Amino acid sequence: MVALTADESAIAAGSKGDGAAMAMRIVAEAARLMGAPRLIPIASAHIDGALYHGDSGTLFAEALVAGGARTAVRATLNVGSLTPAGCAAVHLPPHEHEMARRMMRAYEAMGCEPSWTCAPYQAGHRPAQGSDVAWGESNAVVFCNSVLGARTNRYGDFLDIACAIAGRAPDYGLHRPENRVATLLLDAGGLSDALRRSAVLYPVLGTLLGRRAGNAVAVIDGLQGCTDEDRLKALGAAAASAGGVGLFHVAGVTPEAPDAAAALGGLQPQERIVVTPAELSATLATLSTAADGERIDAVAIGSPHLSLAEIDAMEQLLAGRRLQRPLYANTGRHVLSALDRAGRRRGLEEAGVVFVVDTCIVVTPILPELEGAVLMTNSGKFAHYAPGNTGYAVVYGSLGECVESAVAGRLVREARAWN
Amino acid sequence: MELRCQPLLPGAPVEGICLALTAPISFWGGVNPASGEIIDARHPQRGLNIAGTVLALPGTIGSSSASAVLLELVHAGRAPAALLMDAPDAILLLGIVVAREMGWPAPPAFRLPAAEQAALAGRLLRISQAGVITLDAEAPSLSTAGRP
Repeated sequence: MVALTADESAIAAGSKGDGAAMAMRIVAEAARLMGAPRLIPIASAHIDGALYHGDSGTLFAEALVAGGARTAVRATLNVGSLTPAGCAAVHLPPHEHEMARRMMRAYEAMGCEPSWTCAPYQAGHRPAQGSDVAWGESNAVVFCNSVLGARTNRYGDFLDIACAIAGRAPDYGLHRPENRVATLLLDAGGLSDALRRSAVLYPVLGTLLGRRAGNAVAVIDGLQGCTDEDRLKALGAAAASAGGVGLFHVAGVTPEAPDAAAALGGLQPQERIVVTPAELSATLATLSTAADGERIDAVAIGSPHLSLAEIDAMEQLLAGRRLQRPLYANTGRHVLSALDRAGRRRGLEEAGVVFVVDTCIVVTPILPELEGAVLMTNSGKFAHYAPGNTGYAVVYGSLGECVESAVAGRLVREARAWN
Repeated sequence: MELRCQPLLPGAPVEGICLALTAPISFWGGVNPASGEIIDARHPQRGLNIAGTVLALPGTIGSSSASAVLLELVHAGRAPAALLMDAPDAILLLGIVVAREMGWPAPPAFRLPAAEQAALAGRLLRISQAGVITLDAEAPSLSTAGRP
């Protein structure tokens, strides 16, 4: 049974208004359901609940606003269903469009920052190692836990904003140090140096991790000196869409894993998985659903949202050429404004890049409806969600293959050994 | 015949035909939030409708938007009459918690192990506030559960 402090009980009873009371009761009820003994203070929140799934979510947010609710801690917003910063057109019917707009406005009215990105950690929201936070959006959760070393569970719709208003979260799961110890060891040390230093490996490795780990905590060994922040971002996003991964460690890289033994808490792993070329190739094959052929109708990159470094890489590969197919570059306004300031946006748009900002192509209708259409991507998360959410079959490839295919208007492959 | 289950989110007594799923489901992408129809192409009960049933869930796949789908079902009048869950899933159940905060009538939820759910498939059940399940002696045909 969850025990509330006198202050928490008073807020739940209405001492700070109806909206704050509703939020505190929701957090307390979630704590009771999960067997958390108490609530703990949080340092920040990242809110995934402002994506429109139906009118009820808009009415809930507006009820909080009407009750005077305000966020008690810093709260950034994940993607919405619209693109207020402009760029690609969203094809939502009028009623849905209006309700999505009202929902986004309600979350902003409660004091949430209009960051509208699934990569808040690259938009200046980086909680300190060891701090407790309440984050939503599976890739943001896994990055926050794994790369930043801050502590969060996977906060779903409604609980994320309720925690932000209450400034509290239920004390259970990944908030507790004993649950952050790895029980699974994934050994990638047998893969070639060339592959371990290629960005194209990381979404595939993440997919493999998600399928093998489920929601267990793993430590990956053998990647020292091979990763950067964007690769860890891609790995975590793929792992969190293929499985229930909320935290992973990389030995010698991530903050809670000075080495594999430390991440395992000094114990033997319950399971040890050696990543073989055969399993990697089998996982790679599952990321593409399109029939064999050269047809590519569009290319999409940026799930999670592209960093400026990833835009730089795309621009270098493009090397001033024009695209035969649209390349949807999904990113946040934090990156778009930097491109604007540097005068780089127009040139990229004239070459055929379509910026998708504040939202992305798998959460709202942006891609044109085409019979038998094929989407190419370098994102494990897009590869996972695009077939169901957009109707496009997918082809997975490296960023280089994505750019070359968009330039050529057909599938272009690079020679690469998956071992 | 009587069976007891643990109330997770108690409510007024309910009655309904049990739709016992035979595989875990993700509400987001698995259930149409406007109609209650199971739309996950790979789910064995695809095409059946959960609205008004006593829905027995052997497992849930935790999409973080499951609560939004359940809230939308409640708002659209297409929610199950009650939920029987193998294990509590805070994300899904939060849809009911929020519905009640909004003053919308929402179904109760109980904990019942998956092994005990299968025997209830297709039966007309009455569930008390305390979680006592009463089965009708006459079992309606299994195929009626979940049909519109």
